[in-house]
Amino acid sequence: MTNQVIRPHTLPAPDNITRVELDNGIVVLARENFTSPSVVVEGLARGGALQETREKAGRAHFHADMLMRGTSKHTFDQLYEEIESNGASLGISSGGHTYSFDSKSLAEDLPLMLSLLAEVLREPSFPPEHIEKVRGEIMTTLQMLSFNTRAMASLTFNELAYPPDHPYAKRQIGYPETVAALTREDLLDAQRNLGPRGAIIVIVGAVKAEQAIHLVEKAFGDWRNPEQPPPPEAPPAPRLTSVQRKFVPIPGKTQTDIVLGYPGPARNAPDFQAARMANSILGVFGLMGRLGDSVREEQGLAYYCYSSLNAGLGPSPWQISAGVAPENVERAVESIRREVRRLIEEPVTPEELADNKSFFKGQLVLGLETNEGMAGSIMLMEKYQLGLDYLVRYADIIDAITADEVQAAASHYLDPDAYALAIAGPE
Amino acid sequence: MDATGVFKTKLNNGLTVLIREIHHAPVATFWTWYRVGSRNEIPGITGASHWVEHMQFKGTPKYPANMLDKLISREGGSWNAMTFYDWTAYYETLPSSQIGLGIDLEADRMVNSLFDPEEVEAERTVILSERSGSENSPSWLLYEEVLGVAFRVHPYRTTVIGERVDLQTMSRDDLYNHYRRYYIPNNATVVLVGDVNTEEALKTIEQQFGCIPAGQDPPLVNRPEPPQYGERRVTVNREGKTAHVEVAYRGYEITHPDFFALAILDSILAGASSFNFMSTAGTSNKTSRLYKALVDSELAAGIGGGLIATVDPYLYSISATVRDGHTCEEVEAAIHAETDKVAAGEISEEEFEKARKQAKALFAYDSESVTSQGFWLGLAETLVRDYQWFGDFLGKLMAVTLEDVRRVAGDVLQPNRRTVGWYVPTGNGGDR
Repeated sequence: MTNQVIRPHTLPAPDNITRVELDNGIVVLARENFTSPSVVVEGLARGGALQETREKAGRAHFHADMLMRGTSKHTFDQLYEEIESNGASLGISSGGHTYSFDSKSLAEDLPLMLSLLAEVLREPSFPPEHIEKVRGEIMTTLQMLSFNTRAMASLTFNELAYPPDHPYAKRQIGYPETVAALTREDLLDAQRNLGPRGAIIVIVGAVKAEQAIHLVEKAFGDWRNPEQPPPPEAPPAPRLTSVQRKFVPIPGKTQTDIVLGYPGPARNAPDFQAARMANSILGVFGLMGRLGDSVREEQGLAYYCYSSLNAGLGPSPWQISAGVAPENVERAVESIRREVRRLIEEPVTPEELADNKSFFKGQLVLGLETNEGMAGSIMLMEKYQLGLDYLVRYADIIDAITADEVQAAASHYLDPDAYALAIAGPE
Repeated sequence: MDATGVFKTKLNNGLTVLIREIHHAPVATFWTWYRVGSRNEIPGITGASHWVEHMQFKGTPKYPANMLDKLISREGGSWNAMTFYDWTAYYETLPSSQIGLGIDLEADRMVNSLFDPEEVEAERTVILSERSGSENSPSWLLYEEVLGVAFRVHPYRTTVIGERVDLQTMSRDDLYNHYRRYYIPNNATVVLVGDVNTEEALKTIEQQFGCIPAGQDPPLVNRPEPPQYGERRVTVNREGKTAHVEVAYRGYEITHPDFFALAILDSILAGASSFNFMSTAGTSNKTSRLYKALVDSELAAGIGGGLIATVDPYLYSISATVRDGHTCEEVEAAIHAETDKVAAGEISEEEFEKARKQAKALFAYDSESVTSQGFWLGLAETLVRDYQWFGDFLGKLMAVTLEDVRRVAGDVLQPNRRTVGWYVPTGNGGDR
């Protein structure tokens, strides 16, 4: 079995991850890897699109973009000159519940990258001319998205799968009218929500763990924000009780994209692992699971067809995506519904279950090939409070999943007769 | 074994074998490279190399299609393939104890793929819809037109996916003949990188590949593009709201002594990028010349430079997404203003130093995973016929001088050696 080749020292585990909680609430985790001279930083801070109203949709996204546009110490040009002249990267993005940030650089540049990171998170200057530039870029992106079949199917899906007042129904990037109306004051409001409490910073690479922790403390140790609100939470999403279907016409396109799905489990839901297993069997394993076999392979209907379940802090979508010729849309939808029905009505076979368990366990090993992969695993354990021995226990957790649990999870979230379906393509 | 820890040998049937041991994670990658790509296709069978690559996943008598996916996936492995102008490559990355599976299946499908007629037909639909997916993208449509105008003779004039008409009419035998002609050990290189033992691994490779007979050496493609005398232009009027501009200059082949100087120039103009298809890390391009001139000035929403490693001279291209309220004409003029300055030698010591440091960092990132190392070694051996190109990569980049970059800018960025493409959207209506 695959887990026999996992050497204990290569798995991130409590004995090789250094974890320190700073006085201000930031949790820092470091793991050394000296095989290449590079180092990655991966982090998150609480806050995001869940903190904005429908009228302010796109605020966190706009805000995250603006964090990189200048600080009290560096103009935009100076900031990027520092980053790019060292061949490094530094990025910030916003989600619903968190802002994520990451950096990659040669190890010799880690002190610089951490100090820049602290600066952009803590002291952004929101220069007015850049507010207009960023607004223009987002408007162009929105316009391009409106002609992109894949993006429109995906954006429209969220509006169908969640009730109108649920935060997940809202577009995180915003709408042309909301982005046009956002002001500098709105960005300052968003900035007041950012703080150290609940933040996580993971460092993996060619740097001593002790040194990494010291550098984070130096850059972030005195960050305080008394106004920081509690972390945003998403309410549960009700099960769909009927078909919610919408077609978005995009003239002149040669391919139609569809997204069919449901509100899915949060990462901490008790049936998450069973749902993840169901998802893998449905539309991931091999060349995209049962969906790949039936929709893509057997019927040659689609260029791609897969399912995804990106469980996060709230009830994130569980969705099936496909790209098809416009005349094949109905046939593809029927095939997808057939596979969903089968997953609910019949238990998965012992062979499928064994294959997918082996897949999950092998995937874990391959994920540790790079510093990013390792940092991602450590972030996962900390963000969802899985325990730093989660990877060590992982094989047992996966081995314990039963066919009954998989079927129960599928029935809990999926329904072949009540789903959200967004279609974008030519008329 | 050489100083970089790479072992190289050639089997009796002509198969080149490269092995590199790296033990930081219990993972290994196995790559199989063939010297075949769209360059080897004639009108009527354009897209054959890419389609053959798809058929390589459709099974052999020993490993039927579904079994292959299952075998790789159940080890948590990743596998894929890519077809390009000059080459086709397959890889499997697996826990190292299971890498024998990759070696076995690649040897098997070098000779035994079925090309079942029904599978060929099913894949025709898949490939046509892959092409449709590309056609959904305005910048891809523009790229395809620019290629066709920039090249008149060389097969680089056709995109790798091939012309729609050929994808509709090509037969199973066209594909099978293409496969048999190029998928032979003396036209291939295998690369194994990771947590393996060289001696044992070589034994396995010899067992699996050694008995495959050599074939007749495939014909060389020798249709060099004649010199270009004067600017060429093409416009695409189609649906959408966003305009795009592409300016493509005649570039250099990978073995050209100034190829690396051109890479530094690209970094200065449009930002640093990697030749490694498996690359996952890089740096942004916001301090590059063209970003400042086009995006900072709000003429464009984004810009990019395109330099790829090819056997014959390809293109060096600059592309820009026109920002709402501006025109292709304005954006094109701004691009030319920058390239003219650079061509006149206006490059600072700081810009040059920045490009060097970027190259050094990107190379470190690309060397991190065994999978991307497998890509590097295979690419070098396939294109240059010498894997050491990869070993010398950084040295060659660092040997480039500022004077070299200035000279190359003057040579490449000549108005009469460029092709300019405009994608001018027609608004909402589908007026095709």
